[in-house]
Order: sequence, then C-alpha cells, then structure tokens
Amino acid sequence: MTTFRLVTPISEEQVRKMNVNDILYITGTIVTARDQAHKRALQFHEEGKSLPLNLEGLAVFHCGPIVKKEREEWKIVAAGPTTSTRMDIFEDQFIKNFKTRVIIGKGGMGKRTTEAMQKYGAIYGAFTGGAAVLAARAITRVKKVEWFDLGMPEALWILGVKEFGPLTVAIDSHGNNLFEDVRSKTEENQKLIYKKLGLIK
Amino acid sequence: MNLKKTIEDVTVNLLRLAVTELPKDVKEALKQAYHHETSQAGKTQLQAILDNIELAEKTSTPMCQDTGTIIFYITAGADVKGLDKVEKALYDATRRATTEVPLRPNAVDPFNRKNTGDNTGRNIPYINWEIKPGNGIEITVLPKGGGSENVCAMGMLSPGEGIRGLKKFVIDTVVKAGSKPCPPNILGVAVGGGADIAMKLAKKALLRPLDKPNVNPELAKLEEDLLEAVNQTGIGPMGLGGKITVLGVNLDYAVRHPASFPAAVAFNCWAARRASARINSDGSTEYLTHEVR
Repeated sequence: MTTFRLVTPISEEQVRKMNVNDILYITGTIVTARDQAHKRALQFHEEGKSLPLNLEGLAVFHCGPIVKKEREEWKIVAAGPTTSTRMDIFEDQFIKNFKTRVIIGKGGMGKRTTEAMQKYGAIYGAFTGGAAVLAARAITRVKKVEWFDLGMPEALWILGVKEFGPLTVAIDSHGNNLFEDVRSKTEENQKLIYKKLGLIK
Repeated sequence: MNLKKTIEDVTVNLLRLAVTELPKDVKEALKQAYHHETSQAGKTQLQAILDNIELAEKTSTPMCQDTGTIIFYITAGADVKGLDKVEKALYDATRRATTEVPLRPNAVDPFNRKNTGDNTGRNIPYINWEIKPGNGIEITVLPKGGGSENVCAMGMLSPGEGIRGLKKFVIDTVVKAGSKPCPPNILGVAVGGGADIAMKLAKKALLRPLDKPNVNPELAKLEEDLLEAVNQTGIGPMGLGGKITVLGVNLDYAVRHPASFPAAVAFNCWAARRASARINSDGSTEYLTHEVR
C-alpha cells in the first residue's frame, strides 16, 4: 500500500503506477459530474462541440454538492460522494474521449468502466460515503460553475482542491477492482456462515 | 409555559444536535471499530469517518450531506394539556431547522417529483405516538438517511423455518446490501406482529443505544450471534473489505399469527443520527442523548 500525493493534471504514466488499495490525495482541480453532466458531455463530443473546460488529466467527482452564495462567491457547504454505479453507462466513453485520469465516488463501478480504465489509463478513487465535511474542507474554492441550467446538484462545479482525500484506489489501470473482489469473497463467506450456523449441510 | 413554542424550540435544537453530533455510544462504537479493523482499506474509511464527525461537531455542520427524512417518536404524558399543538410544533420546527441548521430539502412528491423545499409534506415528518401516564413529553428525532433506507428488507418467512429462517434472512439482506448502506451499519431486526408492525419495530430498534444490551437474555444472545455472523461476510467499512460491517444488531418482536412469520431488517448508516429530550411539566428540558453546553 503506497500513498500518492498528486497535482493535476495527472499523466497516464502516474496513473499506471497505482494499484488497488493505494491511497491518493489530489491537489489542483476536480470537477463534479453526475448523470446529466455525463450525458451532456458525451452529446457535445458527438456533435463536435468542445466542453467548457479540458478534462484531460483532471479528476471527475461523482457528487451533487450543497453550495451557497456568499456575497458574490460560491461556497461549498457539503460535498460527499454519490453512488457511482449510475454513471457506469457513460464512464467508459467519458474516459476514452476526455482522458480523465481519476474518477472519484462511492460504491465502486462495474466491468465496463474497469476495462476502460485499463485500456485508456485511469483509476477509481473511493471517497468515504457521507464524509461531506471532510470533503468540503479540502475544497479551497469554487473556480467556476458550468451548465448551471442542469440544477445545483447536476452542474459542473470546477473546484480548486488541496490534498483532497484520502481516496482508496478501488479500481486500478491493470484490471483490478477491489469492490468486485470483496463482492465475490462475500459470496463465498456467505456459504461458510450458513454452514457454521447449520443453515445448510 | 407556552407548550407549542417550547416543543418547537427544543425540536430545532434536537435536529441540529442530531445531524451535527453523533450520540456517545455511536462515536465510541466507531472508535472501537477502527481499533479492531484489520483491513487497511477499512481502517482508512474509519479514520475518515472519525475525522469527519470530529470536524462536523467542531464546526456545527451536518456530518453528511444527506440529512435524511425526519422521523419523530413522541412519548406523551396522558395529563399534558395541549397535545393537539404538538404536531404543528414538530412541523414548524422541521421547517425552521431546514433553513437554520441547514438541512437538505429531502421531501419530494412521488407523483409530480416536486421538492417541497422544507422537509415537510404529506405524512412527513412522520410522527410515532405513544401515551404514558404522567405530565411530561419525550421527543426523539431520527433523521433517516436514504442510502441505508434503500436496502431495508421485509420478508414473510415460513413459521416452520423459525429462527433459522430469520438468521438466513438477515445474512442474505446484509450481503445483498453490500457497500450501498454506507457500512459499518446498525441493524434493527424485528419479527412478528404483521408486515407493517415488524418494520416499525425494526426501525424503532435502531434507536436503542449500542451499549445497552437487550433486556431479554435470549434475545441478547441472538443479537450477538447475528452480529458475529454478519461481520464474517467481509464486506467491511464502505464495502472495501474488512471485519467491521455492522456495529450492532438490535432485536425486537411482537407475538405472531400462527401462520405468519414476518421479519424486518432496518439499516442505519455509520452516521446513525438520533437525539432525544424530555420536556417536564414546568417547561424545564433535559437533553438525553447529547450534552448541551
């Protein structure tokens, strides 16, 4: 288990050095994106339109933050991760087209995303579900908000972060998926527990 | 005293306390979990959780962005005058807390998808009533997170299978839930009564402090057995693998119809928020779950 402290933009080479169970802290820029933002970004790509910012080497955060405006400035109140599996249907194309190197969320992602991460060089960093104050503290400022018409939780919040983490590398760029490993182990354990309790022979 | 105003003010305090500071028993259980967890990924999650709850408490900020659906448990003394004002006081307090704490507006009309914006609406906040002799009122608030609610399960089991069936049902429910309910969780488990009764009892069982064993020694033993079993699943903190998937199992029951064996499993996330206070007839208030400075 190694701890990495990386500054964006993050290169493919840096991502390839990480393995599942490693810990990552990110300084630089991360961008929130949920279902609607993923959908629109891929639509833009298809139509040949450019995105409001270049996502290459940045981290995308599955998060619908609570944000308030103080004087003329946006302030993040709480910014915990949302369940990532909802983005599974978009993420492979997203990684391929925009060269995002880190995806941050909770609960893990599936086979499609794992394969894309291996192919194009990206990792999934699990942030503790519900740890919204910890996340907000690492966000130094809201740099910009784009696609605000999608609503506060769905907009692209471009965030300046300092030591954002700890992120547990749960999918690496070598085809490993920690959540999948735990799930299959859990199913084996289930049978052992049945046996121990005499629920099956 | 002005009963309505006292209840409203105390309830706003309870909502703030609940979402910003975990009760002592939950904090202690999370610390113990960190101590006992052997998986590195699991330990990292627990450390982040402990850091997060400390920061939330210090800055009086909600510890999770999901401040839940607001559920109340009221035990009212039969001699209290003005019980008809309690419901309005609880609704007004919920509205006030939504802007004052703040709470995330979490009340959405299921049919037109409109968010009411203030955490109130038809049947929500939900109020559970109990009348007892006396002239005080006890208020408990349970802000119930959505992620853990989504994996709650109800089973009409076979009476012939009995407790064996219950054990299997609890294990299967936890395995199926996996990382979704933000483990380590607290489980409320109840059997008997009927479908609705079992789930109500299971949810109410989430309120029992983790350091208070079941008063029934047989059930206390079953709680321990179930806890040991679900912690052998290996799901671990946030589903990243480890020994600590569940912090405690709280059991309750009702007698059952001979042909039925209803079983309910209610989940709470690691942010197992709750707060209680007693308002006495002279208007004085004791906070039961939190130290109020």
